[in-house]
Amino acid sequence: MIPELGHFALVIALALALAQTVLPLIGAATHRRTLMATARPIATGQFLFVALAFAALATSFVTSDFSVVNVATNSNTRLPTAYKFAATWGSHEGSMLLWTLMLASWTLAVAAFSRHLPDRLSARVIGVMGFVSAGFLLFMLLTSNPFARHVPALDEGRDLNPLLQDPGMVIHPPMLYMGYVGFSVAFSFAIAALLEGRLDAAWARWSRPWTTAAWSFLTIGIALGSWWAYYELGWGGWWFWDPVENASFMPWLAGTALIHSLAVTEKRGTFRSWTVLLAIAAFSLSLVGTFLVRSGVLTSVHAFATDPARGIFILIFLVIVIGGSLALFAWRAPRVGLGGGFAPVSRESLLLANNILLAVALAAVMLGTLYPLFLDALGAGKISVGPPYFEAVFAPLMAPAVFLMAIGPVASWKRAELPALWTRLKWAFGVAVAAAVILPFVFGRWSPWVALGLLLSIWVIGASVAQVRARIAGAAQPTLGAKIAAQPAHWWGMVVAHLGIAIFILGVTMVKGYETERDIRMVPGDKTTVGGFEFTFKGTKDVQGPNYIAVQGQFEVRREGSPDVVRIMQPEKRAYSAEGQTMTEAAIATRLLGDLYVSLGEPVSDGAWGVRVYHKPFVDWIWGGCFLMALGGFVALGDRRYRSRLAARNAAASGLAAKAA
Amino acid sequence: MKPRTKRAAWIAAGVAALGVAVALVMNAFQSNLVFFFTPSDVAEHKAPRDRTFRIGGLVEEGSVKRNSDALTVAFRVTDSVQTIPVTFTGILPDLFKEGKGVVAQGKLGSDGVFRASEVLAKHDENYMPPEAAEALERAGGRHLDKSSFAGQMETKGNRSAKP
Repeated sequence: MIPELGHFALVIALALALAQTVLPLIGAATHRRTLMATARPIATGQFLFVALAFAALATSFVTSDFSVVNVATNSNTRLPTAYKFAATWGSHEGSMLLWTLMLASWTLAVAAFSRHLPDRLSARVIGVMGFVSAGFLLFMLLTSNPFARHVPALDEGRDLNPLLQDPGMVIHPPMLYMGYVGFSVAFSFAIAALLEGRLDAAWARWSRPWTTAAWSFLTIGIALGSWWAYYELGWGGWWFWDPVENASFMPWLAGTALIHSLAVTEKRGTFRSWTVLLAIAAFSLSLVGTFLVRSGVLTSVHAFATDPARGIFILIFLVIVIGGSLALFAWRAPRVGLGGGFAPVSRESLLLANNILLAVALAAVMLGTLYPLFLDALGAGKISVGPPYFEAVFAPLMAPAVFLMAIGPVASWKRAELPALWTRLKWAFGVAVAAAVILPFVFGRWSPWVALGLLLSIWVIGASVAQVRARIAGAAQPTLGAKIAAQPAHWWGMVVAHLGIAIFILGVTMVKGYETERDIRMVPGDKTTVGGFEFTFKGTKDVQGPNYIAVQGQFEVRREGSPDVVRIMQPEKRAYSAEGQTMTEAAIATRLLGDLYVSLGEPVSDGAWGVRVYHKPFVDWIWGGCFLMALGGFVALGDRRYRSRLAARNAAASGLAAKAA
Repeated sequence: MKPRTKRAAWIAAGVAALGVAVALVMNAFQSNLVFFFTPSDVAEHKAPRDRTFRIGGLVEEGSVKRNSDALTVAFRVTDSVQTIPVTFTGILPDLFKEGKGVVAQGKLGSDGVFRASEVLAKHDENYMPPEAAEALERAGGRHLDKSSFAGQMETKGNRSAKP
């Protein structure tokens, strides 16, 4: 009964999504207020029905209703309840439903927080979001019904893939999807502006917080995925340039370019067409990413051929959304205008350089990700593009971008003077160069890549400190606290996010430069020394988990030359009962200056095991940096001018004035 | 300089920089492509001698031999027509098993032994790595087909890299 209710709720949600598309868009085109006014109530209704469908599916999972195919293939009675719930989005069908729920939630948020916007703009934004939602609902109902029944019910489910039975899995996909889907708001704002044929500073101001929020969620989502891979896959890598990862990284690159381009559009009215194009690109890449990962095309292009309905629907939907919006762009962009000029050295030109570098990096990632798929689809042979390609391309493109990133916030709009920039940043530059030359010797070994990484990281930190000092010193407030509070939140957000990049680079540099990885054969009693710690293998014991049995290795960790055991590490090799899958569960000692990482390979001969013993210096700084970036985004959201209606009205007025001038 | 010539110079500089970037990208791309060959291809000397490539197929039953005092493993990969000997030093992925699909990346030695630097196996028991499935299909038309059951995480869980 409950699955049928969920299915029925999806059908009603589809009808509402269609109404949400058609009525407000017609209303906006014909200036009919009554039609435009339907946007908010319909969006609310659509959210309620999608949420109902999601609740129905979650209930089927939690109560282990194995008459639902989706539940039977992805859950099991012995699965802990939290994972039963998380299994709701563990399958293709469930993840599509989660996607749609996120979209409905963002639409609800837009409906609630857009009351200060012109009626036509908000009606169009909600209408476009309704269209996207209708596409996804139709896709689910026609090709991927999450509520499909299997009669008679199975006695036991196939179990959730053990890799996904992890706390990271509970929050990673929702965060990632919050980001992906969040870009639909920026996209809808862009489409609304194109339909309107008007795009000004006020428009940029309205779409900025939505874009920043989506970008922050996406950053957290990607970081969680990377962290999950690091501790769950059992071999200590944190980024693989795998198509699945690239699928989420491409919209991130486009989104990063977009939030910077939006800043220029808001402050200077420039880059308008480019901003619109980026907004379209960010969401299109989110769609492509979702489908790449979820359609099975990555595991095999031929999976498409086995289920043509799904593949063809996806392609048609992508063509309509991407092709349609690009056609609209080509038709309307000339009206949107280019905006004012700027000098070769100015904040605009630095942000332009940032955007170009990000766009080239995006194109390079796209080439490496999609080219093998195209070749395979054409039957021209199988190839793969490994991490060396991405690393060879990415470092040279991002190094100048990060270098300029430190200068950008200090440079003035329109025209900046190089001598003035040098005066403000010379200390930061001096410290960065000195650190790059000296610090690698302190850590043990000098190499050009480590030096470059340290240079960039400390250069960004130094420039941020210089900038904060100058702002605080120049503030008129009497106390330090008041001076700090007087700076706008969006500026603090930028500082925090840029520091996040610096911390991230520091982490990557240290791990790449100084990690120790040792794969060795150990019998009980064997010792090995890695990263200044001595590991003693004491043997294994058997342990019993809720839905698995495991062999648990016992390792004593001592500082080199000291008799005291500082830690016992217990990596596991698990065998999951339902599907008989084997899983490696690494033991990780997280420390500020570097992780110790032990994982069990396989039993080699009697009592001996293949063991991975790693030391990963500063590895946690990688994710720390990502969380700082996201935090910066959330801090920026707190800016008063995004919330105050008065400010919005003033902005609208000044935007109009700018247009008239 | 006149503003117009100045702008033209800036645009030219931008295009030149973009050109250099594209050249770098294409060069890196060319030199890092890894091609895939089946055991039959290798037996027919279609595979390169000095370049890294991938082979795929099934781990032949009874072929896995471990070196008792190191982490070196020798096994044979078959597409049911031809068989290639492979050696690998390191820790194999969880799902590496005799009779199951496998993909290995490495170089072919002059002795005809494939020295793998990376071994990949798929993280769903029933599932065959796409390359391995293709090798079997090409060799004997044994049709294997299974669309993926969980996409997101699985595909990257499947490798055992040598550090």
